[in-house]
Amino acid sequence: MSADQVPGPMLETRSVTKHFVKHLDLAAKIVRRLGADIQEEIVQAVDDVSLRVSKGEVVGLVGESGCGKSTLGRMVAGILEPTRGDILFRGDSILGAANTQDREAALKVQMIFQDPFASLNPRMRVADIIGEAPLIHGIITRAEFDDYVDEVLDRCGLDASFKRRYPHQFSGGQRQRIGIARALAVKPEFIVCDESVAALDVSIQAQILNLFMELREGLDLTYLFISHDLGVVEHLSDRVVIMYLGRVVESTTTDALFEEPNHPYTQALLREVPRLESRHSEFLPIKGEIPSPLDPPSGCHFHPRCPHAMPRCSAGAPALKEIQPGWMSACHLND
Amino acid sequence: MSTTSEHAAQAAAVAQPVRVQTPFRRFLSDFFESRLAIGAIAVFGGILFIAIFAPWISPQNPYDLMVVDVMDSRLSPGEKSLTGMTFVLGSDGAGRDMLSAIFYGLRTSLGVGVMSGIIALCIGMTVGLTAAYFGGRTDSVIMRVVDLQLSFPAILIALILLSILGKGVDKIIIALVIAQWAYYARTVRASALVERRKEYIEAATCLALSHRRIVFRHLLPNVLPPLIVVGTLQTAHAISLEATLSFLGVGLPQTEPSLGLLISNGFEYMLSGKYWISFFPGIALLVTIVSINLVGDQLRDVLNPRLDR
Amino acid sequence: MSEGSARSDRETAETPAAAASHVTGNTLIVEDLQTSFFTKAGVVKAVNGVSFGVSKGEVLGLVGESGSGKSVTGFSILGLVDPPGEVVGGSIRFRGRELVGLDDIAMREIRGSRIAMIFQDPMMTLNPVLRIDTQMIEAIQAHSRGSRNAAYARAREVLMKVGIASPDERLRAYPHQFSGGMRQRVAIAIALLNEPDLIIADEPTTALDVTIQAQILYEAQKLCRETGTALIWITHDLTVVAGLADRICVMYAGRDVEQGDVDEVLDHPLHPYTYGLIGSVPSRNRRGRPLHQIPGMTPSLLNLPPGCAFRARCDRASDECLREPPVVEHGENRRARCFHPYPEGSL
Repeated sequence: MSADQVPGPMLETRSVTKHFVKHLDLAAKIVRRLGADIQEEIVQAVDDVSLRVSKGEVVGLVGESGCGKSTLGRMVAGILEPTRGDILFRGDSILGAANTQDREAALKVQMIFQDPFASLNPRMRVADIIGEAPLIHGIITRAEFDDYVDEVLDRCGLDASFKRRYPHQFSGGQRQRIGIARALAVKPEFIVCDESVAALDVSIQAQILNLFMELREGLDLTYLFISHDLGVVEHLSDRVVIMYLGRVVESTTTDALFEEPNHPYTQALLREVPRLESRHSEFLPIKGEIPSPLDPPSGCHFHPRCPHAMPRCSAGAPALKEIQPGWMSACHLND
Repeated sequence: MSTTSEHAAQAAAVAQPVRVQTPFRRFLSDFFESRLAIGAIAVFGGILFIAIFAPWISPQNPYDLMVVDVMDSRLSPGEKSLTGMTFVLGSDGAGRDMLSAIFYGLRTSLGVGVMSGIIALCIGMTVGLTAAYFGGRTDSVIMRVVDLQLSFPAILIALILLSILGKGVDKIIIALVIAQWAYYARTVRASALVERRKEYIEAATCLALSHRRIVFRHLLPNVLPPLIVVGTLQTAHAISLEATLSFLGVGLPQTEPSLGLLISNGFEYMLSGKYWISFFPGIALLVTIVSINLVGDQLRDVLNPRLDR
Repeated sequence: MSEGSARSDRETAETPAAAASHVTGNTLIVEDLQTSFFTKAGVVKAVNGVSFGVSKGEVLGLVGESGSGKSVTGFSILGLVDPPGEVVGGSIRFRGRELVGLDDIAMREIRGSRIAMIFQDPMMTLNPVLRIDTQMIEAIQAHSRGSRNAAYARAREVLMKVGIASPDERLRAYPHQFSGGMRQRVAIAIALLNEPDLIIADEPTTALDVTIQAQILYEAQKLCRETGTALIWITHDLTVVAGLADRICVMYAGRDVEQGDVDEVLDHPLHPYTYGLIGSVPSRNRRGRPLHQIPGMTPSLLNLPPGCAFRARCDRASDECLREPPVVEHGENRRARCFHPYPEGSL
């Protein structure tokens, strides 16, 4: 079955939930048995998220700290397992990869990380960082190793002579390119970018973003682009998904979102994003801190900070509803 | 403000020279910055040389009963034996040349210390890596065993084991390994837990590499620096532990004395003024341990996680 | 021409004296500041000739990428550059008083009371083992006599000023009990305690979320307007500076390459680097089109190329640029260090 024949989205998450539980140790369990009120700490990092990414799309996933976007990204990339729910790639679940075949499928979804300094093994040469996985998985043979690595480096705008060097000899932007090369070396179809340009200078960021766009065209890739930077997301994405404290609050095309956001959180976010064109701005921030994921507000997570909050909002969480074709929003105001 | 140096370092780091600089070469240049370290390494090098080549460089084989004559016993440093050989550091109660005895003693002490250190390192490292990588219950169980082990004084463990196992070089190595492995395990686990969270390990998972490969090819090389420091300092500790055991009369037989045993043998003569029988082996032990510790200190400073240079 | 290229790059940059005297500002005037780090790898010229001025109530955005020397400039003003770094040249005049070469005691009097600093990481200001009230009272009592109660009242007042709702509760707490945004607010409050004339903020919102950043920017803006404190906001983020600053100074490889009114610089950039930087910001370009890309990388400050540091990456460069580019005035308080600036109104 070729890619074009498989119906439906390329990547889909179905009601994915992730809880991080800090288990009680033996001492705490004993104390609890004796009557003390000790609870296990549960962080609801991701709460019932269902997403769809179609082939060739770039979906931007936006949110602030504690919204769960990085956790979701890691689940999609296969680094974390969801507590509940399913993740499907081309219709097949990617969870519980047990045998080689599953692992091959796992290679189709790759991730590019945020920190260019921590994302490369400091004790491996660039050639090995890039070439290890393809060699192990049989994508290339030993004989083809050098040429293949050269090719991948070239595609990422790096000189072939860099092969023999170690990561500490490169700048942040170059390391990020090496990270991209590593991901590309296993011939992926879907890439999760987790704040991949956040740690870079603006001019280097522009280079890397352009590289992403080139690769999308040249290699027919699909992206899930996770970022807190709305400017970057606006530039790169076809669709945008906004998350707040583990839940999706709005999801639609980029044009629609930036033109007229529906959800109050999105509205606040867009209003507060500094833009190059707005000078001598009157900053009008929304009040309040971002709540801790350990103790989220009841009902709609955003209600303590929402200018339009009603009693209904603290009572029950609004469902993610389709307010227009392809436009989902989770707000009681839409009812 | 250290951050100002950070900025400068960052700025200087952009556009590096073309020469391939392996992490090892970088480490060597950092290490030899300290003159004390150079001195310590030189001294330790000398001691190592003596230990390895003892049979060829000592004036006398002190355990060859044909050469040793009880008539030469307890001669003070500088005196000559009946056969005309000068006892540079004197002779002991059985007529053995102290210098030679020390050379052979160093050999045994160093051999036992290093050997047990290496074996304990391998065991401890595997255990620590496993605990850190798999986490959860595996980690809990392993660490409880480690904690249990570490709550007993090393010397107590060694004494108990040796009383069961008896005397012999291999027995004492076993005892020292069992007394030491837990310390390595704990150090490795701490370091591995930090590295494990780093993104390059996540990347390896994403690339569907096997657990074994991730642990040994990715995690291990990055956990090595603190392990090397601990290894060096622990070796010194093992040597002194062995000396203590020998002094107490447990472990090594008389036929293969270590420095500890030499000290022990000479102890009875201390009060009668024949200090050299205990004193010189004591000095040798001290110099060995101090030089190893100095090397370990410099290693620790150099290998400390700091900014990328 | 030939003398310029023969000049060794070890010489300190000679900025024409006439240009330097054109920086104005009644609170702070920095002229041709040079700060170098004497490392074992060589001399890193972190700041290699920077001049700008700030006036009362004004917000100056000091913009640059990593390696530009913007943070080191900030530290140099406050005398916070530790060995192996030191200020090797230039002048820093704070309300007429020369700060370069000032002795430690005099500097300590100024630091924290007349000039204050806010760092990127609030944990650099806040001591994790002391309560907030202890730290704030300490900061007040270091610079003025007065009772503890008076100091406490002042601390409380200032916390309310930065928008912290229940100050008494917060005063009794420890830094680790606060979120990042709250800590930064406390750091700002501490900076405000002694009513400084100048505040230097080094990337204070870089690590914060957008909504929290907006709150901090709001407070900063309000405080400048109300108290007339001059503010130097050091950042790499042009968009933040666009909204907050009155004037901008763009830095590259240790030098100021362009400065002027924020609208003028952002709408009509003169220096090719500024032009390229503005083009690299995503929100500015139309969606889907490749971003303007400045090729190459910042040069190493250990080994600066002769002449203009931007020459290798500039598409307007010529052989002339092998000489030190002069600082050219393009109007009232508007200057650029370039042989081939973009003509006015070209954007």
